[in-house]
Amino acid sequence: MDLFPLWNSIRIALISTVAVFFIGIWSAYHISKASKEIKGIMDVLLTLPLVLPPTVVGYLLLRILGPQRIVGEWFLTNFDFKLTMTWWSAVFATVVVIFPLMYRTARGAFESFDETLAYSAQSIGLSDTFVFWKIRMPYCRPGIIAGTILAFARALGEYGATSMIAGFTPGNTATIATHVYQLWRTNNDELAFQWVLVNMLISFVVLFALNLIESQYKSKNNVKGGV
Amino acid sequence: MSISVDIEKNLGDFRLQVNFTAENEVLALLGASGCGKSMTLKCIAGIEKPDKGRILLDGVTLFDSEKNINLTPQERHTGLLFQNYALFPNMTVKENIEAGARREKNLEKRKQIVGSIITNFGLQDLLTSYPHQLSGGEQQRVALARMLVSDPKILLLDEPFSALDSHLRFRLEQEVRDLIRSFGKSVILVSHDRDEVFRLSDKICVIHNGKVETIGTKKEVFANPKTRQAAVLTGCKNISPIDRISDQKVIALDWGIELELNEKIGEAKYVGMRMHDLCMDAGENTFDCQVVEIIENPFSYTIMLKAQADAQAFGWEVNKETWQQIASEKIKIGFPKGKIILLNE
Repeated sequence: MDLFPLWNSIRIALISTVAVFFIGIWSAYHISKASKEIKGIMDVLLTLPLVLPPTVVGYLLLRILGPQRIVGEWFLTNFDFKLTMTWWSAVFATVVVIFPLMYRTARGAFESFDETLAYSAQSIGLSDTFVFWKIRMPYCRPGIIAGTILAFARALGEYGATSMIAGFTPGNTATIATHVYQLWRTNNDELAFQWVLVNMLISFVVLFALNLIESQYKSKNNVKGGV
Repeated sequence: MSISVDIEKNLGDFRLQVNFTAENEVLALLGASGCGKSMTLKCIAGIEKPDKGRILLDGVTLFDSEKNINLTPQERHTGLLFQNYALFPNMTVKENIEAGARREKNLEKRKQIVGSIITNFGLQDLLTSYPHQLSGGEQQRVALARMLVSDPKILLLDEPFSALDSHLRFRLEQEVRDLIRSFGKSVILVSHDRDEVFRLSDKICVIHNGKVETIGTKKEVFANPKTRQAAVLTGCKNISPIDRISDQKVIALDWGIELELNEKIGEAKYVGMRMHDLCMDAGENTFDCQVVEIIENPFSYTIMLKAQADAQAFGWEVNKETWQQIASEKIKIGFPKGKIILLNE
């Protein structure tokens, strides 16, 4: 069993998750502070990839990143760098698809933050940087961790947009998801089933970790002092 | 040393427009929820920005729209206390208090002031606890310690007790009262509770719909609230619109009775009478009333009375023993001239 698809899937998922971790938190923080109108519009735009079919996302990405399209062509002529049909192309697709998961959970966490903590902190002289990193982020940590794990899990399972923008090249762009499809299509049922088991195992572990973190957080917060 | 506030802010459905000053005293902003009193506090702390106006604290301009001055909350040195105490949940008691002392850059000195505040507030045994492990009273003590260690020039207390049970409220109120007495600088207390305001403050500013209705010493404001809303907020429950008969005589329209006054009616549109100020031996303004309802309170009765069958009832608060002696369906009740409050809209 050639393990390349496993390694490739994990590599793509990790890179995408790290990228989305920062972009997602950044957008979530700023949009949770924005005015109602901006929030309404940005929220729809940023959540769109969650409800669009992955093929539509893939199509739109190809229209932007394809070798004859505006961004793709620019990279190709200036850096001799191909944005589609390589393993890193899958990163673009995955980032777009998992972004809403990170963004929405992080935004939920930021919005549940008790602003009186920030007000009190500022009035006793703590800098806004201190407030963000030492008070706001720790308070929102469980939500952010949950969003990260969810995004990672979804990244591992990304198929539609990836297959359109990265295609299926064994040993180069193959991921578990595209590999399973290829094996099934070529009647290699037994190997396909093995990969299905691998995928299920990973997803199980990831979701189990997610529940563990959530229940830990809950039990910690239920300990309220009596009066 | 004083605070002077004169600000305006548009808040969509209403306009906040407040103007008051306070010396080294406790000023209470009394108002119903949504009247703008908490917003005023946030403007002083620098969390919200007024559209127009000026805020001066001890001669330092915190905000001036004309001169384009708007100090950050960090630069203002205000001590904010919220009803939930806003202790940082991820930090221990010690870390919470140390966070309050970070303005002091000299580490030796910082350690020293943290140490002395811990001793003053008796927090030695709680240092490694997290806020959620503390009782309400302990949380308040930590919050007060954290606030004071940051060297505030003014204390801003936003409904500090409204989330508490009444027995605990009383005890914590005493702690806060001791603290603001020894603080010796300006304190602004936001509250909707007239009893709490009366016990804690020197001066009261009644705010309604974003505007200052009445301001004065607490005795003045309770004796002469001036406006109908201020009377309601200071706990006056019997209020009726009036028609003028002569300079010192009016008809209270809701109750259908004629009242003689001590002072001239002036611009007044209403009269108010506190429930406990009605009495049976007034000798003036007395009326034969029908008892329409008897409401039992823990230590008193509220007797609802009608002077005329088609009029509205007013309430008389009377202690239990007195009522048990009288207890009848018809009684003669008087509105003492000196207790009648004349009110504007």
